[in-house]
Amino acid sequence: MSYSDKVIDHYNNPRNVGSMDKNSTDVGTGLVGAPECGDVMKLQIKVNPATSVIEDAKFKTFGCGSAIASSSLATEWVKGKTVDQALAIKNMDIVKELSLPPVKIHCSVLAEDAIRAAIGDWKKKQESGKPVAAEAK
Amino acid sequence: MSTDVKIPQTLPKTHHAAPEGVKLPIYMDNHATTPMDPRVLEEMLPYFMEKFGNAASRNHSFGWVAEEGTETARERIAKLIGATTKEIIFTSGATESDNLAIKGVAEMYREKGNHIITAVTEHKAVLDTCKRLEKYGYRVTYLPVQKDGLIDLDDLKRAMDDKTILVTIMFANNEIGVLQPIAEIGKLCHEKGVVFHTDATQAIGKVPVDVIKQNIDLASISGHKMYGPKGVGALYVRRKNPRVQISAIIDGGGHERGMRSGTLNVPGIVGLGKACAIAQEEMPKESCRLAGLRNRLRDRIMTRLDETYINGSMEHRLPGNLNISFAYVEGESLLMGINDIAVSSGSACTSATLEPSYVLKALGAGDDLAHSSIRFGLGRFNTEAEVDYVADRVIETVERLRELSPLYEMAKEGINLKDVKWAAE
Repeated sequence: MSYSDKVIDHYNNPRNVGSMDKNSTDVGTGLVGAPECGDVMKLQIKVNPATSVIEDAKFKTFGCGSAIASSSLATEWVKGKTVDQALAIKNMDIVKELSLPPVKIHCSVLAEDAIRAAIGDWKKKQESGKPVAAEAK
Repeated sequence: MSTDVKIPQTLPKTHHAAPEGVKLPIYMDNHATTPMDPRVLEEMLPYFMEKFGNAASRNHSFGWVAEEGTETARERIAKLIGATTKEIIFTSGATESDNLAIKGVAEMYREKGNHIITAVTEHKAVLDTCKRLEKYGYRVTYLPVQKDGLIDLDDLKRAMDDKTILVTIMFANNEIGVLQPIAEIGKLCHEKGVVFHTDATQAIGKVPVDVIKQNIDLASISGHKMYGPKGVGALYVRRKNPRVQISAIIDGGGHERGMRSGTLNVPGIVGLGKACAIAQEEMPKESCRLAGLRNRLRDRIMTRLDETYINGSMEHRLPGNLNISFAYVEGESLLMGINDIAVSSGSACTSATLEPSYVLKALGAGDDLAHSSIRFGLGRFNTEAEVDYVADRVIETVERLRELSPLYEMAKEGINLKDVKWAAE
């Protein structure tokens, strides 16, 4: 199997590798996939609570080169977007950008899932934290 | 011995500089195929143009010369495995030999019974042939293997019944290099009057194979796994104690004692013969050298990297085989990182089916470790400098990918990955 230049570039120079404090209220964490399936992605976002803009994103991925590239690209794309804009990212956008072959489409699906899971986690934290924040004001 | 084998430079360019004496890319996938030994090519060349005759042409010198070539080859093959020349049937390769042996016995012994025993870790050429026979009313038992990849002889004993006509168990596994207890399996078969076939593709020319001592009735042989040409193989068919008979699956001019019709591939057969002669002469030295290189590779990798696991028995193993799982790293991503080295992975991502290796799964190690496996197949033309380079690149890439792996991070935090409730994809 040959990889597209963009997949190779993300594999060799993955963007935004790392971890953030998953207990921080500003951080949303998405962990998707399973080791038995050969793919696990962890994608984290740091969101500005006032503007809902994703100020930072980090990832770590266990998976093939296409999975690494899909998650690396996902972190690049969500940065600077509001959570609602980030939710509009579709797996097929990733497929197109990275020229993924049909057998690798599941990697892009997983990356989209990871974005949604991270945003979902952040939203949950905001909801549970809201009354406290309101009182403080 | 000349080791100046030219390898096509088709793999992607790498930013790594080759150390002194190492030419990139490195071929270390000798279970898939082997480069041809230059001495084999030299032996074959006259049989394309000058000695082009049909070995079945009985009444002119062109035929006689070609036949002389194939009969010398037959002698060399027979000698390597302790057989006689009349017991060697030429085929197009081991897949055909497996088909001929299994289907040939199934048809010939149909009145005696319909039960066949094999193992779950066999090559697809055996498994899929057995599956086809199931469609025609044969009953097939697929023996499990133990953690080390070997079958349990008691399982085999229990599986045999009065309808059993054939046991087919490979000599050496193509993924994990594990050697089955062939002599003991053959003995059990002979006690029960059951025909014993072994797919010896990976074993012949690498480890001693003796059809008499090891009680083998049928053995599949391939040219290109032992530094010979592709598209040629052979089947050993025992002629006495007991005499084994098989039905042909290819009908035609009645070549090869009626067991395999079709004009002989004379240059290929000559090459296979030469490959056997070289293997016979050099096997003792070569297997020592390869085991040394293999162990060097294993030790270098395993002393530097924790949580690496060898798949299959180290004791009962081909000298040139090493199959390692690197926990927390997915196999295909590892292959991508060492793209100037040709090896294989049992990862699902490298297969068309998206299923990880059924051989590794059969060892019971878990799918996650199957996804993380790399098969190193060392061969005649690999050098110590190459082994050292491969070890360094593997270590460096595994370390890099582990830094990128959420599983490695979780394990370091003390989380038991088996306890995690993974979100379904």
